[in-house]
Amino acid sequence: MNVNHLLHNYPEAVAVILFGIGFSNLLLQKNLIKKIVGLNIMDTATYLFLALKGYIDGRKAPVAADGIQNVEAYINPIPSGLVLTGIVVSVSVTALMLSLTIRLYRRYHTLDLDKISILLRKEGK
Amino acid sequence: MSRKVPQEKYENTFSYKFKRWLEGYKDPFLDTLEMKSQKAFHEDEEITRLHDEDKEQHLRQLYDIEHNAEVRIFAGIYKVFSVLFCIFLVMMLLIAVSALPPFGEAGNPVNNEVSERYIENGLQETGAVNIVTGMILDYRAFDTLGESHVLFIATCTVLILLRADTKRDREYGEANDRSHEPKNDVILQTAARILVPPIFIFGIYVILAGHLGPGGGFSGGAVIGAGLILYLNAFGFAKTEKFFTAKTYRRMSFGALACYSIAKSYSFYTGANHIESIIPLGNPGAILSSGLILLLNICVGIVVAGTMYTFYVMFRKGGY
Repeated sequence: MNVNHLLHNYPEAVAVILFGIGFSNLLLQKNLIKKIVGLNIMDTATYLFLALKGYIDGRKAPVAADGIQNVEAYINPIPSGLVLTGIVVSVSVTALMLSLTIRLYRRYHTLDLDKISILLRKEGK
Repeated sequence: MSRKVPQEKYENTFSYKFKRWLEGYKDPFLDTLEMKSQKAFHEDEEITRLHDEDKEQHLRQLYDIEHNAEVRIFAGIYKVFSVLFCIFLVMMLLIAVSALPPFGEAGNPVNNEVSERYIENGLQETGAVNIVTGMILDYRAFDTLGESHVLFIATCTVLILLRADTKRDREYGEANDRSHEPKNDVILQTAARILVPPIFIFGIYVILAGHLGPGGGFSGGAVIGAGLILYLNAFGFAKTEKFFTAKTYRRMSFGALACYSIAKSYSFYTGANHIESIIPLGNPGAILSSGLILLLNICVGIVVAGTMYTFYVMFRKGGY
């Protein structure tokens, strides 16, 4: 592990640490809504990482408004498109998880996952 | 002079059947699938009683959390191990990051011939000034079609899970709707009256200028959806139901997705058979340019705006 490389890649290190924060949130929180928040933090960390992979120092966003079509002028457009896909999928998954949480709350009147699993076992299922 | 078609003849036409299918009157499984009801499983009563007793005793021991030392120890171990696992994961990823190519340099392996081609030939091949839009709606349009379908399917699933389909559910939703907020708030209504038109105009601008600058169907659709939600919050369901119901959403999404698929099928067909497409690319930088991209952006914008609004409505009340 080269510390100099790590310090030079500090934006990516920040993305990785954010991912870890989201993952620990997902594991340690008992409240279902907070778990979903943790998963969204993980999503955001992934977008940050992807967007950083396409960044090149001192170049502009890929909008060829002045007719310049040189590779030297723009950043890499591909990760931007991939981030867009990721955002759409994460919106859909979040909506799905939240609606499942609403159904669970309507049935068990609690958002605590431990209590829900105890109630589930007591029902004999 | 038009002649009136008799009802029986009209009911046999394809358009009538299609309309019924679209509006959900006809159940395609009714009278066409053979279904057999299953008999309930009966167990011997004595065995059931013993079984239940056994289970209850077991559960009483297992879930008496206050006095169960094992559960407490397990919860402690779980916490310690999850923290350790997260630290381990972050350390592994940091080692990987330290081995990645240096950040922000042009010579990295990510910046290969694919992005070079998109930047150098994108303007001529797609006609879009915004290279990212040209990429996602022309070179990789199949991907974006899949995305729109993911959104549509997510809405369908949320509808299945949350729709108030019984009368009791609907009354419960109506009674609980806005129980913690004031209705007809004057401040909100005044703000909405001023803000909603500019929000809609901005959203339409972002959609229509998606091939000319930053923007596009997804962001513009999200802006319009937010405007619809603000309008609903200020004026209530009675006003929005005049122009936006479940039927409107269904027709809008169906129309937009079908339009997208047909437009893209045409361009795939011409592309695969090396036929010249009849849709002109136009003058880059003009609003009516870049071939199909403007139409596709509008379709995506319609789907996204309807989806955002439907999510909100479902979470709030479970129905339009």
